[in-house]
Amino acid sequence: MNPLNPQLVMYEEEQKQIQAIAERLHQDSRARTILLIDKNGQLVAAAGDSAALDTTSLSSLVAGNVAATGGIAQLLREDEFTAQFHEGKGMSIHMSLVGRRIILVVLFDKNTTQGLVRLRVKKAQEELVPIFELLAKKATTQPSSPFGAEITDQDIDNLFND
Amino acid sequence: MSFINYSSREINCKLVYYGPGLCGKTTNLQYIYNKTRPEAKGKMISLATETERTLFFDFLPLSLGEIRGFKTRFHLYTVPGQVFYDASRKLILKGVDGVCFVADSQDARYDANIESLENLRINLQEQGYDLDKLPYVMQYNKRDLPNAMSIEELSAALNPTRVPEFEAVAPNGQGVFDTLKALAKQVLAELRKGT
Repeated sequence: MNPLNPQLVMYEEEQKQIQAIAERLHQDSRARTILLIDKNGQLVAAAGDSAALDTTSLSSLVAGNVAATGGIAQLLREDEFTAQFHEGKGMSIHMSLVGRRIILVVLFDKNTTQGLVRLRVKKAQEELVPIFELLAKKATTQPSSPFGAEITDQDIDNLFND
Repeated sequence: MSFINYSSREINCKLVYYGPGLCGKTTNLQYIYNKTRPEAKGKMISLATETERTLFFDFLPLSLGEIRGFKTRFHLYTVPGQVFYDASRKLILKGVDGVCFVADSQDARYDANIESLENLRINLQEQGYDLDKLPYVMQYNKRDLPNAMSIEELSAALNPTRVPEFEAVAPNGQGVFDTLKALAKQVLAELRKGT
């Protein structure tokens, strides 16, 4: 296990809790879409209007953006810039860190304000942090092989047989 | 590191194509993108300069299918190869599960290959990784060019640890999928161990 890049593992129970927080944030902030993305660019949860979005591409670009911002912070001897905001004509995006590993993204339009979004994000962050801390602890204490030892070379080969 | 989601039964892994400038990392991804079924791929993103040099990264998401009930997804990234983009390269290596080093076979690029490989090792160390312990494959690209060095010479210089190595001509696809498969296999085998 690499101590700087611990494995992220998600279980049913925590996924439900995280999803509920994302849904509530979506309602309370009157935002269009809520995304939770891990810093490596993997989508963890989505709430609101996400069907029309290319969430895979968005996740990768948001993670790249946050990584670049983190790199700038280091050069300026800042520990981290914990939030950033891009304002567009129709749509704006607010990105903030949850703990060390997760990015909370809020996409919103004229239906709400940046102030309300920030206020609600803060509350959601407080609820999310302990859940991700628990997940991080679980990842180090529970076996992380998803298929146990029973997966064969043939199983892996079969993936490429088309 | 990979992201294992027991709730949605998905495994997500990150593969990075590394190598000196103009060695063909982006061309590898473009070929994979062009030859993959639409339902198995997402959009390919290239953050490039106006002259089509990679500025930050290329990104290509692939779904390979199921393994024991888990959907396997691979996120392929390239780094910008030019020497002065080192800060960006470090960022892209974060959370990597497997690395493909794309070497440029031309003799004039010998030093650039050596320098880039050394840079890979150092940048991985900064992230707490050891190249010798990571899933890792070597690709000798541009085999069709007249000034290409012999495989023996390249292998001796670039692959002392004898990881799987492949000859490639990325624009026409030769060796491209063999390289990807070998790397993906290593990553899944590593997951099986439950690292």
